[in-house]
Amino acid sequence: MSIEITGARIWLRLPYGIVITETQVNMWLVMLVIAIVCKWLTHNLQVKPTGRRQVIAEYLVKLTTNLVKDKMGEGFKNFAPFIAALFSFALLCSLSSLLGMYPPTADLSTTLGWAIVTFVLILYYKIRTEGFLGYLKGLGDPIPILAPFNILGEFSTPISMAIRLFGNISAGLVISTLVYAVLSWLSSIALQWLPDVLAGIPLLQIGLPAILSIYFDLFSSFLQSFIFCMLTMLYISQAARKEI
Amino acid sequence: MERALVLMACAIGAGISMLGGIGPGIGEGYAVGKACEAIGRQPESKGDVTTTMLMGCAVAETTGLYSLIISLLLIFVAPGLFIGRL
Repeated sequence: MSIEITGARIWLRLPYGIVITETQVNMWLVMLVIAIVCKWLTHNLQVKPTGRRQVIAEYLVKLTTNLVKDKMGEGFKNFAPFIAALFSFALLCSLSSLLGMYPPTADLSTTLGWAIVTFVLILYYKIRTEGFLGYLKGLGDPIPILAPFNILGEFSTPISMAIRLFGNISAGLVISTLVYAVLSWLSSIALQWLPDVLAGIPLLQIGLPAILSIYFDLFSSFLQSFIFCMLTMLYISQAARKEI
Repeated sequence: MERALVLMACAIGAGISMLGGIGPGIGEGYAVGKACEAIGRQPESKGDVTTTMLMGCAVAETTGLYSLIISLLLIFVAPGLFIGRL
């Protein structure tokens, strides 16, 4: 019996040390799916909705716009497409493990990339509201000796966001692989007195891993993508708020 | 011998590092309990309380996930790193 837990497999090695990994290929697939769904939902739009398709599209747009308005304030209405894209991308990336693919969010590079985008936005809004000098002054708050800790705190935001998403999804991957291995070992022990043909029946693997999959794949990936987007919104709107 | 020692140290270290999972467990349990109290007191605020609780739980989970990352590194990365150097 062998248990195999690996990171993303490398599929192609290009010159100059560029590699194409499973993560990238799966992400391209997810992007393609999102693009096709968006195109399908929004082609042939009319002023008065005739089909069910346009109603769904309008509902989704209204939902994200209301959420963004609710959490970030009226001035950040333009963030709705960004948040919707981030959420749908994160959700579909995590859910791709249901199809037996390697979920791209189980790779730290992916989540760290998104977190760095958020970090740049936070930095931009902080500098825009307080000015560059004001931002530097804010780092030495309340006394200048604490500046190293404040700088550490600035960088811990994207790292904790990235590790939260990555840790949850990859922990689900590792735990479900381990449980699957244990179940196959148990069922081979329980059935070893039978002849060879019957002993190969995966008795315990039927059904039990599905319960784990519901938690780790469905619930956890939905919750973590939602939380990633919520934290993005919270941090950005907090950065833009002027402190009194 | 040295190989076995390195593997043993990595495995024990990974196990010890996951003791960090205790803290988030206690904290999240406490948060969920308080959320249940709040819903019991004001059932009409169920939606808001649940969203806030899930957010707080996810944030509280971070420390546990840090220890998980250290465990994963100790299991998957550290043995190769150290055995390669022996």
